[in-house]
Amino acid sequence: MATVTKQKSDVVLDYLRPGKKFPSVWCPGCGNGIVMGALIRAIDKLGWDRDNIAMVSGIGCSSRLPIYLDVHTLHSTHGRALPFATGIKFAKPGMKVIVVTGDGDALAIGGNHFIHACRRNIDITAILINNNIYGMTGGQGSPTTPAEKISTTTPFGNVEKQFDPCQLAIGAGASYVARTTVYHTPHMEKMLLAALEHKGFSLVEAVSNCHTYFGRLNRQGDAVAMLNLFKENSVMKGKASKMTDEELKGKWVLGTLHEHEATEFCDEYQKLVDAQMSKRG
Amino acid sequence: MTESKTAGAPESKPASKSKYDYTNGPMPLEINLSWCKACNLCIALCPKQVFEPDRDGKPVQVRPDDCTQCTICWVHCPDFAITSNYK
Repeated sequence: MATVTKQKSDVVLDYLRPGKKFPSVWCPGCGNGIVMGALIRAIDKLGWDRDNIAMVSGIGCSSRLPIYLDVHTLHSTHGRALPFATGIKFAKPGMKVIVVTGDGDALAIGGNHFIHACRRNIDITAILINNNIYGMTGGQGSPTTPAEKISTTTPFGNVEKQFDPCQLAIGAGASYVARTTVYHTPHMEKMLLAALEHKGFSLVEAVSNCHTYFGRLNRQGDAVAMLNLFKENSVMKGKASKMTDEELKGKWVLGTLHEHEATEFCDEYQKLVDAQMSKRG
Repeated sequence: MTESKTAGAPESKPASKSKYDYTNGPMPLEINLSWCKACNLCIALCPKQVFEPDRDGKPVQVRPDDCTQCTICWVHCPDFAITSNYK
């Protein structure tokens, strides 16, 4: 018993960047850490070489995630994680590029980049950690803040309608779209694994908790209460298909929402280059 | 399987609740208290109520024999403070 045996639960610790200060900067109970753990386990399951992974993020709480990982990381400007990632993938098509963004980063500031990355179907895995609010800057309303919910910029309730990131990505042409929550961690691991393996643009929306701002302002309680809320208010895709729109109101539909085979941007570009080069002899 | 837990209890719950025997080995889970932020997730989500909060709200394994290594605590720990000694 004295010998230290490697356990499955130790995998996460292997991937943490040496010299980084722990515990992390996130609030106690923040879902970002749960997503990070699931992502590490998914990467480990695939057995990818760490030198061949690039993780890109923008600005926000969730975008602090890659800096803790011992892979190639790039902490880019607000909302521009996807363009930076597109550049990396385009220059080095062999590289596995993973983008971690938040709801404000991807859908408000980087909304344009998001839809065009989906449209190009470039082989990037985007993980959108959706906590329905701008957590880092003080709880302002984000594009995914649900109607009538309170944030510091909508103190009497939000009058706008919220974005559905998954529907947006499907509409824009992403070839793999899935949704999961931080409560359903094994499910999240499965979705991330499928997204990482998928060739083409893949989006995983991880519904997460911001109990510090969203939970407190909307009286949803602490991290535990919010995770239980995800448990109660989420429906798996198979069950959701038998439910009416009225029943599905305010619920998260989880699972692989969309998947289709499509030509990938880097492959197509390489084909074009090859064709032109052979023409010139 | 030890007899210690089932000594006074009736036959309602047989001793086969966990396939892990912790009597001679280390505790079922390893908790890194310096990384723990006392978010209460493991304590609340554990289906067997293995943990109780200590004075700082950090988890203590008070019922280690009940642990079935279901992985829920360390999978949900946002600060990677829990690792298992068995799984």
